[in-house]
Amino acid sequence: MNFAVIVFPGSNCDTDMYHAIKDELGMDVEYVWHDETDLSRFDGILLPGGFSYGDYLRTGAIANFSNVMSEVVKAANAGKPVLGVCNGFQILLEAGLLPGAMRRNESLKFICKQEDLIVENDTTMFSGLYEKGERITVPVAHGEGNYYCDQETLEELKANNQIVFTYASNPNGSVEDIAGITNKSGNVLGMMPHPERAVDELLGSNDGLKLFQSIVKSWRERYVAAT
Amino acid sequence: MYKVKVYVTLRESVLDPQGKAVMGSLHKMGQSEVEDVRIGKYLELTLQKGDYDLDAKITAMCSKLLSNPVIEDYRYEVEEVVAQ
Repeated sequence: MNFAVIVFPGSNCDTDMYHAIKDELGMDVEYVWHDETDLSRFDGILLPGGFSYGDYLRTGAIANFSNVMSEVVKAANAGKPVLGVCNGFQILLEAGLLPGAMRRNESLKFICKQEDLIVENDTTMFSGLYEKGERITVPVAHGEGNYYCDQETLEELKANNQIVFTYASNPNGSVEDIAGITNKSGNVLGMMPHPERAVDELLGSNDGLKLFQSIVKSWRERYVAAT
Repeated sequence: MYKVKVYVTLRESVLDPQGKAVMGSLHKMGQSEVEDVRIGKYLELTLQKGDYDLDAKITAMCSKLLSNPVIEDYRYEVEEVVAQ
């Protein structure tokens, strides 16, 4: 598989993401600058964390108007896996690829620590190698990770099984302890915790690696096994 | 020229933790009459006059970029100004 790590001015988890894919997952990966106008050569799109455009106006709001975003939308509509982590999640929300919005953490503090997550859905292309109900440890690092959506949207998320990860102990005030959600068709995942920072025991946890391995597994089943 | 003043606020149904913290400080100052504080954003846009629908243009800018309709409301005022 060939992955793109989209780099915006102010992205700061791009190197972590690149390392996770190249060295731990063992797949091809390229950094792609935000003014790129063609992502067709990639099988998976990764939007890393950071502070794109200094979080001016709202987190992710300015990045959403980058050239590359229309290509990200195209890839999402084509069914390719699109993963947004932290600021990447915020950008996917601003782009309307995922429902809801982010608010400041309830405590108003920037939270940077390991969190236990519960795998709520093990049938997505991002979570196939986990077990439903499994507890995994993945770090969070954000000031605006307090997920919000209205009641109607929440009912829809539940009905369509779009909630993939929840916090075991909610750190930021998110609605329903939500840590990560997919779009309706399940190929776009946004999550505040950083799986790319949990890919080796040396980092304190390797629970995040299975997320990337799940993407590869589902891709192989779809494209390699069929040929 | 038009000067457009845009006020962006969190929707009433959305909790405002910043506002709550500021209210706490106001109470500590002794301003016990303060019942609620909501923090928002204020933007000033200067637009050239032209052959366009001003309200439609402002609405497009406000709903697509300047505010996020999921959690925010906006209102605006328009003032005609002479170019300097």
